[in-house]
Amino acid sequence: MTATQGRRTALYDEHVALGGRLVPFAGFDMPVQYAGILREHDAVRHRAGLFDLSHMAQFELRGDEVGAWADGLTINNVATMKPWQARYNIFTNERGGAHDDVLFYRLADSWLLVVNAANADKMWRLLSERRPAGIELANHHGSRALIAVQGPRAADILAPLCSADAGERLRAMKYYTCVPATVAGVDALVARTGYTGEDGFELFLEGADAPHVWSALLRAGSPAGLEPCGLGARDILRLEAGMPLYGHELSEEISPVAAGQQWALKLSKPAFVGKAALQEQAARDDYQRIAGVILDGRVPAREGYPVFLGDQQTGEVKSAAVAPSVGNRNIATVYVGKDAAQLGAQLGIEIRGTRHAARVVTLPFYSRPK
Amino acid sequence: MAQPAGLLYSKEHEWLKLDGEVATVGITEYAQHSLGDIVYVELPRVGAEVTQFANIGVVESVKAVSDLFTPIGGEVVEVNPELESDPALVNREPFAGGWLFKVRVADVGERDNLLSPDGYEELIAAG
Repeated sequence: MTATQGRRTALYDEHVALGGRLVPFAGFDMPVQYAGILREHDAVRHRAGLFDLSHMAQFELRGDEVGAWADGLTINNVATMKPWQARYNIFTNERGGAHDDVLFYRLADSWLLVVNAANADKMWRLLSERRPAGIELANHHGSRALIAVQGPRAADILAPLCSADAGERLRAMKYYTCVPATVAGVDALVARTGYTGEDGFELFLEGADAPHVWSALLRAGSPAGLEPCGLGARDILRLEAGMPLYGHELSEEISPVAAGQQWALKLSKPAFVGKAALQEQAARDDYQRIAGVILDGRVPAREGYPVFLGDQQTGEVKSAAVAPSVGNRNIATVYVGKDAAQLGAQLGIEIRGTRHAARVVTLPFYSRPK
Repeated sequence: MAQPAGLLYSKEHEWLKLDGEVATVGITEYAQHSLGDIVYVELPRVGAEVTQFANIGVVESVKAVSDLFTPIGGEVVEVNPELESDPALVNREPFAGGWLFKVRVADVGERDNLLSPDGYEELIAAG
């Protein structure tokens, strides 16, 4: 094991004990894999996987005006959320670019905001600077833990660890809702959310409680095929499921419109940062945009490889993977001109000096069987 | 972890087995484990002339592209046909079915530039 010098989540010792391969990620030492990325991917698609996502930042927002305030900074509706509802959202800059993509969870009398680890400091600064009187912010980054159980067997593994009534409530939960529950004797917020394209749950809890809950889940879930999973598997799972990853499909330059996240853009909101720019961009319709492609051959694409339409370079690869849930084809997201992003467009991806054919397909690449 | 005897090793984690004037080349157990799931192997074409320690292809894992070097010079006479459809064979059997290519060695003396099993073991133990 390579000794690195990053921050450690509350589950660091568990990762080491499980033979996790730790790599620096957004300032933390995080497991990229345990037994192997493809095996872990398979566990999540067909059984269940256990993830430590404690590197992501948890902010707590309090005050009567949180919804209205956050509505002015983001593209999706916040104030209309009901208690125990979760919602995807994107904080935007004046040019319509994305500061971060996030999840809001509305609780009984506060809000939980989960931001990307890589953007944690930027987002904390942004929120602190714009915080009006009457709203309180608390930063639980690093002190609170986040454990995800993802996969078709997630509910069967998690429910028996909850008190009887909570177990039943948990099975009945709708996607993108959350509920307080006692898991393995520990108080947690349990949300039916995830970043894998499968059914699953995310558990927010105190860092000190995390090792106990992690071990209890592994012990209870192993007979059902639950395996610890690293960030390597998570990246393939989210890419197959068509979910953007900040810094790849979304950035300060790549707007929610360009990233294909119009479904979350509520232009009916009276005003928010970047609204005019996004409206204008959508109306012009001439922007570089994210598209999904499947490559013809077996040669994998990689981030940054040039993409051609005819003889003209039209953009570059943003994410790529060999996709087990897409017939082991090479898939990629590309950031290209409008013509190159049309469904069925034939593109060329330059790999070590040779052009390889790729065809634009509909996102997501993979949807779980209903 | 003892390294298989009867093979020679490069600092780039390739192994070589000399059989008369033909050398079979692969990557070591240590290399396949470090790389993780291998999804693509790009090898030189049969007939190519390669020089010792030259970059002659790539091994791609799920996460990364790694250069492949030949531990010995000569003419490539065969590439492993199984790897086109099953690159993970390199993970499963790095010293056997997952061999990469065979070279008709131009200068057998080049083997003096390679490591013994003990020498390679020391190299990876030193990290």
